[in-house]
Amino acid sequence: MTEPTAPTLANTKTMYRADITRRLVALLDREEAVIGGIGNTNFDLWAAGQRRQNFYMLGSMGLACPIALGVAIAQPHRHVVALEGDGSLLMQLGALATIAARAPRNLTIVVMDNRAYQITGAQPTATAFAADLVEAARGLGLTRSHWAADEADFERLVQAARHEGGPSLIGVRLDHQPPAGQTERDPAQIRDRFMRGIGTRPPYPT
Amino acid sequence: MEQAPPAAAPPWHEIVRAALARNDFRLVTYVPDNVLRPLIDGLAADPFFTVFATTREEEAVGITAGAWMGGLRGAVLMQTSGFATLPNVLASLAVPFQIPIVMLVSERGTLGEFNLGQALVARTMRPVLDALAIEHHTCTRLDELDFIVDRTLRQAVATQASATLILSPLLTGGKVFKP
Repeated sequence: MTEPTAPTLANTKTMYRADITRRLVALLDREEAVIGGIGNTNFDLWAAGQRRQNFYMLGSMGLACPIALGVAIAQPHRHVVALEGDGSLLMQLGALATIAARAPRNLTIVVMDNRAYQITGAQPTATAFAADLVEAARGLGLTRSHWAADEADFERLVQAARHEGGPSLIGVRLDHQPPAGQTERDPAQIRDRFMRGIGTRPPYPT
Repeated sequence: MEQAPPAAAPPWHEIVRAALARNDFRLVTYVPDNVLRPLIDGLAADPFFTVFATTREEEAVGITAGAWMGGLRGAVLMQTSGFATLPNVLASLAVPFQIPIVMLVSERGTLGEFNLGQALVARTMRPVLDALAIEHHTCTRLDELDFIVDRTLRQAVATQASATLILSPLLTGGKVFKP
């Protein structure tokens, strides 16, 4: 096999996942739900501040988008964001076709594309060779799919997705810096806190 | 006075649909199966339900998990070969997070199966469910069906535990080989 040669993408800066995640979280001022896919995507969501409206997967690779779709269908007045890595999304591309068919206005997908299975030793994914996940998403029916050119463009795309209605997909090209933290692995507590954060269980008394 | 003839019992799929509605399971996702067709058609024609197909069964489990956390109950329909794709998502999402996923599985691979692949895949289903301690019942009789479905849905909600209802060819007629 030849060395990976990623397709040249005009005007897309290589960014830092922890910074992008913090910028995303800082824009969420309406108790938006965020579903963190597995791996370093998840860890950086945790490190960006533990909001009660965050759900952290601990397995079920590839299911951040389907879980987010379920929340979006159940709560059409709450915006829902799925954070998914390139390896995870490649495993469950059909989920994008289902989301395009249902067309929930309140769903945004952020693809954290570092072109590698970073957490297992940075083996290259298909996006390190020829695959373009934004083009794939468009082909599956998600017409509001864009690469973020830089950090400011990412923030603009997030605001457009929240205010103009989706579903939307934002691709972010990333460097290989390690995650800024590590998620606590207590699934029942993660689920319970999330449900209280999105109003399906009464909040804990303070 | 002439005795009125006994009312015909509703077919299996109408009993299942009524039990889902009674327990407020409004979301139904599926990867289709010929045996499930009358159930899917009946659900899709009933505005109480939101019904759609997914590309894979584990995708349907993910959607149902998200919906349940968001306050909407759901069930997943599939055939036995579809269930065989689910051990990872059940063991890493449904069971540890205590999210009740109710699965209705049309049983292929037994009682007249004509496809050896289906017959072997079907043998993996109950051992997987037992290994994960997921409640399962095999529905064979029309007169027991409402009780089993209704009680299983209630228990799944009350205990936040997944459950599987296996729809036997004894109940549905199954899929038969037509040479």
